[in-house]
Amino acid sequence: MIGLLRPSDSIRRRLVLQLLAVAATLAVLMFVLVRTVADAAVEKAHDNLLGAATLAIAEELRGGSDGLSVDIPYAAFAMLGAAGQDRMFYRILIGEETVTGYADLPAPAAARGLGLTFHNADYLDLPVRMAVVNRSVQVDGRSQTVQVLVAQTLAAREALNDQMAYRAAGLALGFFALAALLSVLTARSVLQPLNNLAEAVGRRGPHDLRPVSRDVPSELAPLMGALNGFISRLRGSLSRTETLITEAAHHVRTPLASLRTQTEIALRQSDDDATRATLRGVIRAVDDSARSAGQLLDHATVVYRSDQQADDAVDLTELVRGVAQSHQALADMRDIEVQVAVPDAPVPLSFDRLLLESALRNLIDNAIKYSDPGGEVEVALTPEGVVTVLDRGRGLKGVDPATLTGRFLRGQNVDDVIGSGLGLTIVSEVAKAQGGSLQLVEREGGGVCATWVLHLG
Amino acid sequence: MRFLLVEDHPELGASVQTRLALDGHAVDWAATLAEAEDHTASASYDLILLDIMLPDGDGRDFLAAERRRGRDTPVIVMTARSAVSDRVEMLDTGADDYVTKPFDFAELEARVRAVLRRRSGVAQTQQTFADLAFDPLAATVTIAGQARELRNRELRLFEILVAAPERIFSKAQLCDRLLNAAEAVTDNAIEVYVGRLRKKLEGSQAKIETVRGVGYRLTSG
Amino acid sequence: MRHVGFALGLMIWAGLAAAFEIEEVTVFEGAAGGPALHVLSTTDTEAFAPLIAAFQAANPDVTVHYTVANSQEVYAAVYDEGAAFDLVVSSAMDLQMKLANDGFAVPHRSGETEALPAWARWADQLFAFAQEPVVLIANRDSFDGMPLPETRDDLIRLMREYPERFRGRIGTYDPNLSGAGYLFATQDARQSDTIWRLAEVMGGLEPALFGSSGAMIDGVRSGDLMVAYNVVGSYAAARLGEDGPGVVIEAQDFTHVLLRTALIPRTAEAPRQGAAFLDFLLSEDGQRLIEADTGLPRINEAALAASPHLRPIRLDLGLLVFVDPLMRQRFLAEWTAAVLQP
Repeated sequence: MIGLLRPSDSIRRRLVLQLLAVAATLAVLMFVLVRTVADAAVEKAHDNLLGAATLAIAEELRGGSDGLSVDIPYAAFAMLGAAGQDRMFYRILIGEETVTGYADLPAPAAARGLGLTFHNADYLDLPVRMAVVNRSVQVDGRSQTVQVLVAQTLAAREALNDQMAYRAAGLALGFFALAALLSVLTARSVLQPLNNLAEAVGRRGPHDLRPVSRDVPSELAPLMGALNGFISRLRGSLSRTETLITEAAHHVRTPLASLRTQTEIALRQSDDDATRATLRGVIRAVDDSARSAGQLLDHATVVYRSDQQADDAVDLTELVRGVAQSHQALADMRDIEVQVAVPDAPVPLSFDRLLLESALRNLIDNAIKYSDPGGEVEVALTPEGVVTVLDRGRGLKGVDPATLTGRFLRGQNVDDVIGSGLGLTIVSEVAKAQGGSLQLVEREGGGVCATWVLHLG
Repeated sequence: MRFLLVEDHPELGASVQTRLALDGHAVDWAATLAEAEDHTASASYDLILLDIMLPDGDGRDFLAAERRRGRDTPVIVMTARSAVSDRVEMLDTGADDYVTKPFDFAELEARVRAVLRRRSGVAQTQQTFADLAFDPLAATVTIAGQARELRNRELRLFEILVAAPERIFSKAQLCDRLLNAAEAVTDNAIEVYVGRLRKKLEGSQAKIETVRGVGYRLTSG
Repeated sequence: MRHVGFALGLMIWAGLAAAFEIEEVTVFEGAAGGPALHVLSTTDTEAFAPLIAAFQAANPDVTVHYTVANSQEVYAAVYDEGAAFDLVVSSAMDLQMKLANDGFAVPHRSGETEALPAWARWADQLFAFAQEPVVLIANRDSFDGMPLPETRDDLIRLMREYPERFRGRIGTYDPNLSGAGYLFATQDARQSDTIWRLAEVMGGLEPALFGSSGAMIDGVRSGDLMVAYNVVGSYAAARLGEDGPGVVIEAQDFTHVLLRTALIPRTAEAPRQGAAFLDFLLSEDGQRLIEADTGLPRINEAALAASPHLRPIRLDLGLLVFVDPLMRQRFLAEWTAAVLQP
């Protein structure tokens, strides 16, 4: 049975099956044992009766001058019928000579001595159990050995043995049934700590990377140790990822900042229009690189954080207002007015704050970026969690909005605007992770209307 | 204006210092937090430009310590991190604004002016020139009691001109200080803003004069 | 009653087949070519005829051969000669038990046998179909002023008190001659020692010994005998009649109840017919008929429960003790010594 188990079978199944196998073995052993003991007891009880009857006859043997006197007690035979309705045969011999009884009842050769002995024999084609007792009796002045044989058929013994067998089988079955029940209960109770541990780990939030500290049976300690080791390695790995992203940003942006500053100095010191145009081109390239690097890293952050699904309590009202405000300076630079319309009341939401902010920033950033100086960008939030960002930029120019959200795809009309094309990808991925939807449509009269419907739960 | 620049990257530090000097600012440069502390202890600054990742610590700790010591010099943080959560964090630790590296100096100057405007009260920022009063915080010029609103670029242009009256600014200089260096505009774009500003200043003694072939200057004649 | 005839040919068959002594063979003809049922019985044909008639009413094609012999002969016919009968009916419980124990009976189980009380059957081989008290009968007139005895002790006391009135007027079975007498005497001996005192007292009063109950009953009815001891009650009651001087007394100390038993011998040629007739005897119809038309009391456990002095002779292996020749010899010697005093 154990060989039939596959490694993928449940531990409970294994435990139950193995306990059942043990229980079945014990039940069989129990059956055999009970039968053996019961059969012996039945044999003993019947032999005692048979022996008592035989001895009672032997006790009444009397010697004397006129031969052997036999007085069979009525009770001696009657008692043999008491245990059932077996047939009975007897024989009394002096030496080899039958005094009375069934002359052809075979006298066992082994039955010598004065003690009571029992034998199995066949008589009249029937198996019989025979008790034999020898007595020395003074007959005609000589001591003679008188042998008393009493035999009985086995029907009552067999009937009782059968009954015992039924009871033993019933007992074994009952034992097995009880053991089966207990094994199921045992399996459940043994697996309880494992289930508890699994439940405790499963219940954890996605950011909960603390070590598991539960009282578990010593057998589970290695598993828990390994689990905690794994959690700690995962924590280390995630922390390294975050550090890497930060470091990468630092190492890319600082030299770019340096380059841009120096180019600006050169620009400042140059009066030659051609040189100035070239330097502006360099600066644009630097900004492009910085922005691409930034968005790549932002995108990496989005991907990495989407998997983690933090549950920060975010107030959309505050977030939209804050992000719009932080773009005010950028907008001001270009004389673009940013109109913000948010509800008075908070719009609460549970999601990764950083992702929401990243997406929102990209949306507003895009709107400002593609607007002409002196233009207007409208940012609005409804209490239902719908964010709209409207601009009067150059619009989509017939490009399918779906393609805009692919990586590194940009509109065809944006050569003069710095951007890597990952901005909308980031927004759409955040929207997807958050469970909401993003829609870009051309506005009447020019510009784009971005509608982000958030899933408020 | 007097800046303290806290930046450990040697080339960036040097170039930022040079660039700001070109706009007429005095810049002390500290490469470590320890140096920066020495500077703030011994001198007062109009503004501190603070890098975050420094060899001897985190810029935010320095900022927090400064605020604890009761020094409220305006601070603009320069961050190399793209993570937007910095926005909240920066403002929470007491920074006045932040720029992400690489930054445009016109934009930086705009931010600096905005910070300073916010920091000083209305009374202090009120400036007068000739017969007009200028309120940068409200972005208005008042001529003979009549207030006129300035748009952002008009305001900054006026700020640049009014900070040095009678000085001649070339188109390129104004362009560099007014517009993002990456923007695809020509120096001629300045003519548009000068034209607009002139309209707002109509009826005042203050005038923007065109110095042919050189540039513009603000005069009260 | 259906056509009853003495079949000469069958007498010859019986003569050829049986060395045992037959009293009477009666053939109750069934349909021609139908199966035959051979019954060997100690019970008179007259008593069984209504039963056979009823059986044949239900099984019209069965021809019943009813052979009557005394109990010793019935036993010998089966035990020694292996005579081919389909049912053996006898009042000699001890001999029937001997036949069954020694393997001369085949087991039979049916609803009717299962319905029998446990004391009325043995090992699904031996079945009782009638129960008869073994009684004392007395001639009321002869007692004239003396109380009728109710127990064996009463009888002993009366005989000791009035030996002259009883002398020569006490009858009982001679166990040497009668199987039934031997069975009753041995059961008495087994039950109580009173029998030996009774035997000795009777022995001193010149008892008349009989080989069958008929003469004893006649003796009591006529007044030749004052009492007869150990008479089968059903015969006695029928023969003495209601109004006569003879009375039946069931001894209150104990009264044996004889069971008439039947078995299907191993030598049966039509054991199914034997079994069918046996089941009929044990069935409610058969039992009612036995009670009503044969004068034999049916198997009735309630009657035994109502009369505690009635003790059925148990169908157990104890019966074999006195079948043992040595024991028989010993018992008869003792009995004879007690009764036939020199």
